[in-house]
Amino acid sequence: MPKKDHQATYLQMFTSFFKIGAFTFGGGFAMLPLIEREVIERHKWVDRDEILDIYALAQSVPGVIAVNSSMLIGYRLRGVPGAIVASIGVILPSLIVIIAIAKYFEQLIANVWVARGMAGISGAVAALIITAALRIARRTIKGMDTFLIALLSFLLVTFTKVNVFYILLLAGLLGYLLRRKDAALHKGQEQ
Amino acid sequence: MFYLRLMGVFFKIGLLTIGGGYAMLPLIQREIIDRGWLTAREFVHIITIAEMTPGPIAINAATFVGYRLAGVKGSVLTTTAISLPSLLIILAVSKFLTHFEDHPTVQKVFYGLRPAVAGLVSSAAIFICREVLFGSRNLTGGAALDPRLGAIALISFISLRKLKVHPILTIVMAAILGLLFLR
Repeated sequence: MPKKDHQATYLQMFTSFFKIGAFTFGGGFAMLPLIEREVIERHKWVDRDEILDIYALAQSVPGVIAVNSSMLIGYRLRGVPGAIVASIGVILPSLIVIIAIAKYFEQLIANVWVARGMAGISGAVAALIITAALRIARRTIKGMDTFLIALLSFLLVTFTKVNVFYILLLAGLLGYLLRRKDAALHKGQEQ
Repeated sequence: MFYLRLMGVFFKIGLLTIGGGYAMLPLIQREIIDRGWLTAREFVHIITIAEMTPGPIAINAATFVGYRLAGVKGSVLTTTAISLPSLLIILAVSKFLTHFEDHPTVQKVFYGLRPAVAGLVSSAAIFICREVLFGSRNLTGGAALDPRLGAIALISFISLRKLKVHPILTIVMAAILGLLFLR
């Protein structure tokens, strides 16, 4: 529920979230420390317990975690307009920087030094993405059943044309059925 | 109507991005490259730019793709479209369900969704690595694996995984190595 007692103005919210968007590289979890500094320490808009709930919810709904967290904080402060102001604030720096780069991309990449630097960075990007995949796998694969779900979705997305929506639907359904069976077993043992 | 289709595709990508930014990469790969809107090489350029610039990677990538396809208007459309599902769902969830994430059914469904995301991101990671390391028209102009680029990738991987160097420092290091050794 929105809390109106914090008295955050839209301008304050916009400025804070713009700063968060402008100064975090790498996105996602890299943004969380800056969010905490602005929102908890500087403005005292939410407290430490609330922020944990916000992160948990931000990861449980679709979308980008940093944007979701901003929307949720904005919503708590000033309702629907607050959510919109916070998300525009956090997204705008990306939009401005990327449009500027995209506009001059052909000229930039034609420069041999830029091309070499970019080629070097593309090597780091390969490493970053493998690292992210490993991190997500380690966090989410807990046993044989979750391993098989990961393998199944890997195979389906890599070797078939099945829509990602159906892969996620299937995985969610499998998760539900597996956990329901587990819950039923636990109940049986207790009786 | 191209703008509507563009918005529709990015709305769908936003809706299916579960578990953070990197989960979006397999979706972009499927929806944008398979549709012929971008080449695999451009996709790698976009991710490289997205990693180098501030802001969430998914938003950066959406903005860049939008600009590539339809200019400034396109980038505003794709960025709005990719964020809209989150906004709608968050508003609905905050209004009707407190502690949505603790609901038993949600937890059961996520037990299956989370590892599936790992599978999807791994697939995109392999696609991106193959394109970076073996891309037919890579930035260094080589057709096969460029050993110097392979070495930069390996050094970056070790620095990230083993030495726990910050991603930004790793990117700066890779850029310097590229300037010095790739030609």
